[in-house]
Amino acid sequence: MSAPTGAPALAPAPERRLYWAFADCWTIVRRDLTHLVKQPVNIAWQLGFPIVSVLLFVYVFGSAMDVGGEGSYRDYAMPGMFAMTMAFGFMNTAMLVAVEKDRGVTDRFRSMPMARSAVVSGRGVADVCGAALDLAVLAAIAVVVGWRSDGGVLATLAAFALLLHLRFALIWVGVLLGLLVPNQEAAGGLFALAFPFGMISSVFTPPSMMPDWLGAIAMWNPVSSTANAVRELFGRPGTLGDSWIEQHALLMAVVWPLALTAVFLPLAVRRFQRLSR
Amino acid sequence: MRTTGTAVLAEGLAKRYGAERALDGFDLAVRRGTVQGLLGPNGAGKTTAVRILATLLRLDGGRAVVAGHDVAREPHAVRKRIGLAGQYAAVDEILTGRQNLEMFGRLFHLDGRRARARADELLERFGLSDAAGMQVKAYSGGMRRRLDLASSVLLAPEVLFLDEPTTGLDPRSRNEVWETVRDLVAGGTTVLLTTQYLDEADQLADRIAVIDHGRTVAEDTPDGLKHGIGGDRVQVVLRDAAELPRAAGIVARVAADGAAPDTDVAERRVGAPVTDGVAALTAVARALQDAGLDVADIGLRRPTLDEVFLRLTGHRTEAAADATAPARRTETAA
Repeated sequence: MSAPTGAPALAPAPERRLYWAFADCWTIVRRDLTHLVKQPVNIAWQLGFPIVSVLLFVYVFGSAMDVGGEGSYRDYAMPGMFAMTMAFGFMNTAMLVAVEKDRGVTDRFRSMPMARSAVVSGRGVADVCGAALDLAVLAAIAVVVGWRSDGGVLATLAAFALLLHLRFALIWVGVLLGLLVPNQEAAGGLFALAFPFGMISSVFTPPSMMPDWLGAIAMWNPVSSTANAVRELFGRPGTLGDSWIEQHALLMAVVWPLALTAVFLPLAVRRFQRLSR
Repeated sequence: MRTTGTAVLAEGLAKRYGAERALDGFDLAVRRGTVQGLLGPNGAGKTTAVRILATLLRLDGGRAVVAGHDVAREPHAVRKRIGLAGQYAAVDEILTGRQNLEMFGRLFHLDGRRARARADELLERFGLSDAAGMQVKAYSGGMRRRLDLASSVLLAPEVLFLDEPTTGLDPRSRNEVWETVRDLVAGGTTVLLTTQYLDEADQLADRIAVIDHGRTVAEDTPDGLKHGIGGDRVQVVLRDAAELPRAAGIVARVAADGAAPDTDVAERRVGAPVTDGVAALTAVARALQDAGLDVADIGLRRPTLDEVFLRLTGHRTEAAADATAPARRTETAA
């Protein structure tokens, strides 16, 4: 065998590449769904915080909380809980990305003749599936404690779609952070980032009740827009505030995640490509 | 240029990280069907070299051809012909052994039926059939590494990169991995092996390249390398360190090619490489006796690969510098 002298690179044809981009993505998604099925305890662990929050806020603090509007505090807090669960989701993504990078799984994939995009796209699809499952479990618990959506079927479905829309946008934040942290232990520290991101928002209290400067931050937090939009769609908006951002929650619940995706998807892809540097 | 029989060829590879040169003119040629060991201290560039050859890192200069394809121009073609097993078993803990192999098989673009057949075949061959349905998290360290190796040879690669394949394994698991590697090589696979363990290189490698500061400083068979630093050595230990200079003078007379003897005052030891070991030993013993020196021990030693390594990479001098540091501190205190 002799050295290739100007032989064409054996890159597959574009349509074959597209086929494998989807096929490889599906293989990765199937692996992650197997993880989900084989480790149901992880779902419980992941939902532990929102579930405990639901119980605390509904039964312990609920009667003492008055956020205005006609609904009970439960009706105000429940959509917030959904949005918060989506917001915290980027930590799971970051953790899984960091673990795979640490254990050499990412390198193995990159040394194989598979579609490289599948490493990232598979993560994204699997995480949205996982988030849908999280929402289903959380909604079931919400129904058990007496929460109902007063919106129609379509509005309720739209609300859940907006929640997943936010989660989808945060996948890229998670991939980027997972690639940036030095190891999986450090990825655990991202909670320090997730906590204020989830909490300094309209999830538990209306920003109008916070000090002005903090309220402004909370109002403009993408999590707030999603939470408020979901409240509207569930038909019990409660007190949403008078500012522009709060009056346009539905619009912003679509725009914010798109903007996040526009910024963080290219950054995450670039970071992934920089693994070759 | 001729690449017949060459599975891996690296010419003047360069890789920079800012001002630091991870690889600085790294050369290597690995003959098809052999095991090439790559030794070097931490940070010498071993892993960087392997990652470039396995298409994980872009090179900044030079040229690399793996399994007949240029890593920079045809990475996809290279990826179809290589396997990589890194420092950690890069297998999925939650899946079973069989599910792992089937998943990697699908990602190597085997169809479902062939992926399953290949998984069964490899489980059998790597002695994992009984554990095929077990989750990998229940596997022992050795089983994981074997599964990792099995995953890296799914497409029967022409070249297999093993980056410290037995780091952290107990001796029994290491032997299992060694056996597996020998089987693969017997089947015609070319292996490029980096390792921290010199006995591992001694056991497995047909040839060894020693890398330091990003370049190859020596390349030979294990025996050739040992011979290269002077073959046998005569070594004398005295009871009185004050007599060392006289003993060194005697040892110098038999030293190969007029090499200067090494003197270690703390150990009261002097030694030198020699060509005809037995004759030199006898001559030194007689001369020491004639000179009336009080000898505690005298012997003939064959260098180990450790000594080759330390000699070539200069780590012995660094260690010696460390050893004198506390003494200096004591002096300052007094």
